[in-house]
Amino acid sequence: MTELHPAVTTLITSAHGETVVPSVAEGIYSLGWLIIALPLAGAALLLVGGRRTDRWGHLLGTATAVGSFVIGLVMFISLLGEDEGARSQTQHLWTWFATDSLDVGFDLLYDPLSSLFVLLITGVGSLIHIYSIGYMAHDERRRRFFAYLNLFIAAMLMLVLAGNYLGIFLGWEGVGLASYLLIGFWQHKPSAAAAAKKAFVMNRVGDVGMSLAIYLMVVTFGSTAFTVISANNHGASEATMNAIGLLLLLGACGKSAQVPLQGWLLDAMEGPTPVSALIHAATMVTAGVYLIIRSNFIFENAPVAQTVVVIVAVVTLLWGAVIGCAKDDIKKALAGSTMSQIGYMMLGAGLGVAGYAFAIFHLITHGFFKANMFLGAGSVMHGMDDDVNMRHYGALNKVMPITFLTFAMGYLAIIGFPGFSGFWSKDKLIETAFVENTWVGLAALLGAGITAFYMTRLMLMTFFTQKRWKDPETGHEPHPHESPAVMTVPLIVLGALSVVGGIMLAGNWIVDFLAPVVGHAEHHEPPIPALALTAIIVAVVAVGVAIAWFTVGRQEVPRVAPQDVSPLTKAARADLYGDAINDTLVVAPTMSLARTLDSLDRHVIDGAVEGQGNATSGLAELLRKTQNGYVRSYALSVLAGAVILALALLAVNW
Amino acid sequence: METEPYILLSAILFTIGAVGVLVRRNAIVVFMCVELMLNASNLALVTFAKANGNLEGQVAAFFVMVVAAAEVVVGLAIIMTIFRTRRSASVDDASLLRF
Amino acid sequence: MTAFWILAPIMVLAALGILFVRKAVHAALLLAVVMVSLAVLYAGLDAPFLFAVQIIVYTGAILMLFLFVLMLVGVDASDSVVETIKGQRFLAAVLGVLMVVTLVVGLSQVSFGTVVGLDSANEGGNVEALADLLFSKYVFAFEVTSALLITAALGAMLLAHRERVTPKAGQREQAEQRMRDYAASGKHPGPLPAPGVYARHNAVDTPALLPDGSPSEASISRVLAARGAVRTARADQVDEVVRQLAAPGAQTEVVDVPDLEGDEVTSASDVAVGKSDASEPGSDSTSGEGDRA
Repeated sequence: MTELHPAVTTLITSAHGETVVPSVAEGIYSLGWLIIALPLAGAALLLVGGRRTDRWGHLLGTATAVGSFVIGLVMFISLLGEDEGARSQTQHLWTWFATDSLDVGFDLLYDPLSSLFVLLITGVGSLIHIYSIGYMAHDERRRRFFAYLNLFIAAMLMLVLAGNYLGIFLGWEGVGLASYLLIGFWQHKPSAAAAAKKAFVMNRVGDVGMSLAIYLMVVTFGSTAFTVISANNHGASEATMNAIGLLLLLGACGKSAQVPLQGWLLDAMEGPTPVSALIHAATMVTAGVYLIIRSNFIFENAPVAQTVVVIVAVVTLLWGAVIGCAKDDIKKALAGSTMSQIGYMMLGAGLGVAGYAFAIFHLITHGFFKANMFLGAGSVMHGMDDDVNMRHYGALNKVMPITFLTFAMGYLAIIGFPGFSGFWSKDKLIETAFVENTWVGLAALLGAGITAFYMTRLMLMTFFTQKRWKDPETGHEPHPHESPAVMTVPLIVLGALSVVGGIMLAGNWIVDFLAPVVGHAEHHEPPIPALALTAIIVAVVAVGVAIAWFTVGRQEVPRVAPQDVSPLTKAARADLYGDAINDTLVVAPTMSLARTLDSLDRHVIDGAVEGQGNATSGLAELLRKTQNGYVRSYALSVLAGAVILALALLAVNW
Repeated sequence: METEPYILLSAILFTIGAVGVLVRRNAIVVFMCVELMLNASNLALVTFAKANGNLEGQVAAFFVMVVAAAEVVVGLAIIMTIFRTRRSASVDDASLLRF
Repeated sequence: MTAFWILAPIMVLAALGILFVRKAVHAALLLAVVMVSLAVLYAGLDAPFLFAVQIIVYTGAILMLFLFVLMLVGVDASDSVVETIKGQRFLAAVLGVLMVVTLVVGLSQVSFGTVVGLDSANEGGNVEALADLLFSKYVFAFEVTSALLITAALGAMLLAHRERVTPKAGQREQAEQRMRDYAASGKHPGPLPAPGVYARHNAVDTPALLPDGSPSEASISRVLAARGAVRTARADQVDEVVRQLAAPGAQTEVVDVPDLEGDEVTSASDVAVGKSDASEPGSDSTSGEGDRA
């Protein structure tokens, strides 16, 4: 299994994943480390500096994110000028640790895939930093919030820039930590603290898979570097590759909230809205997709794992969409949507070389429009006194025109309105799915329809229909207003990106750009002509919109959610019983096992130990009776000893 | 003269003294019994001195007497001190050092 | 050897007596018997120096010290021969018998050989011979013994010395203390009542009768009460005195008195008898043995 093929033989790898052959970074690329170091330094400064940095902490945090973005942009533009073969740059910072058989360097890898992610993370991240200046203006722990955001940006950049799996793991855990800190940022709310813990624990399940995969790589390839593994991916048996692939998928499921580890994402909406936008919509949750696409050289040799990825993706795609239909909490509805959209990306990643580029494409456009919508939702909440229940909204389009318009951009993008960014990316994914398997394609198509339904429902309940602002019980009525410029400007930028994001597909640019990393697929015609398929997709979307219009837009929306609803709605409101399933399948058996072990430990093991102690002290209890304090008793013992001695002497001399 | 009867007498007196230490409760009587044991051993020493035609036994008996005198002085002083604080000369009453 | 056979039973009996007598003074006297007998045995064993030392030092000095301490300590419950530790006496007896048997059996196995005798050793006198040994061969041990004796003397002084931690109470302080006690607990501030005087025996051991005819415990020395040497002024004895007084020879004045006092005394004595009956179980432990003596 560890017999390695020479790197030369692996040049014919288009069907087996691309070999990573980077050149040593020079010039502007040698600044790659600064992209990570800037936000990291910002986080360190803000956390260590304490209250002294309260006054300007948010500005510093934003500045470091923008700084990283500028460097990333310069590097990206310079990368565009390189030859296609020279677009992979590696930078060896230092030897992380070296053992007898395993040397791990602190290596960065900057290639087309990383470059897109860097732009997405730092770009969207910078916008969300700016937005947060306004959104968190009244929070007395704002400086800490920005420190955590910076920490997240640094960890996420580490994740996408790492040159080996251990580096990815470092960033992976870093974003997990930042996610935990930010979900539980309002730790005074028990629900937030619980949600943070839930996210952390479920992510740990995925991390176990990830770390096991890394161990397996170390055993199989003797290295965790992409270069080594991609060059030697023939050296391992298919079973090993499948195992690594499935373990990586487990890690990706945890981070990207895919079934069966999807449960934490909806609860994670307890965090501040910018966090939901940045971490739980645009960037961190897509890390799983990144991981699978980055590991294309493994998955291309692991057909079983790839099939499982498709299954997971399809299930999650529909699962999230169904949840999104029933939620009244605007953020949870968007979270369900996020889950579903990541399912689309996973689907692309599972489809192999043909889908990788489209998955990344959808990932980026989704980053734009979902961040846009989350920030829009935050803006709405800002105006509605932090109420998240859409049934309390209605007719907000007049009072919040900018929020409404930008949100509409995102809405049109996500449902795939022709011309908007989501249309291009989703269309390509569904088309690729049909090429692969008709059923998968049909599921993706159905998902698109449901997406249209729930997003229209969300849109209608929030911005149209009648006003339902006033609380009949308390008489409290919020006074919605447009958010300040510091919040609306990022909305406008993201809205614009949601509209024009599709430009990346112009002339198949993104596919060609990513080809050195993910390989170039032969073109397969879908079973029906592409244009017809596009028409069908648009039609399905139109049907979804229409259903929403007739069930929500044309009827009175009750302020309190009706209880006599169909079982499907009930199930969707309960997250399709995801938590119940987890409780039954994992938590309850674990708890009962733990209780059994606890009582075993308490009674059997402790019993043995304490039994020894009790026996000793019981013996001592008996023996101490001889120490009665009467000198005459002691003298009796002495005399007895003397007699015994005399008897012994007598016996010896007999 | 025979040696054995003296030695046997010495042994019997010694044993009586030992038993006396065990059964009497008055510290002073206990002390007397200790003296009885010392005297019994003295008798043996003097007897052996004669049996062996050597005065060393008598010297040893002499030293025993001196040591016994010193012991009695200190011991009785201790008994007095205990009696002063506890108003009792019973060896059983001074039994605080126990479980 | 004759002296031995006479003295040996006496010594064993006296030693056994130490085990069984109740009073420490008797034990001391029995010990003196053993020691003097030992001295005689020493004399018979050609040890005249030890004979003298045994009598002078042991019997004379050490035993006297014992008696001094006995007087200081006085009599208390430790004189009782009731065993308080369970099984102690039985085990002691068993061990004692076992030890005697072992020693006798063991010694009977040994042959001591012929007796050399001290005639040659004592040729120039026993004391001189001992002195020769003590001041030549055992001179170091001898000097060390002197150090031991000095240390013991100092130790005894240290132990017996009582540091005064409060100023000595003078007459004034004592009087004030008495009044304070009276104020606090109603304790009688005056002197204790004198013992009853009946002129029939040493009246110090007889309690005075209170006006109601009951005996006053406070009029008797505490030591006498502890020894159980207290007599009681019984009603019948009083009656007997009255009867003697009423005897011929003393009629005129005295006749009236018995008549007058007879009623009173009788009634008072009834009370006294009733009282002594009632207090009998309580006083049994302290004075019960006194009655037997």
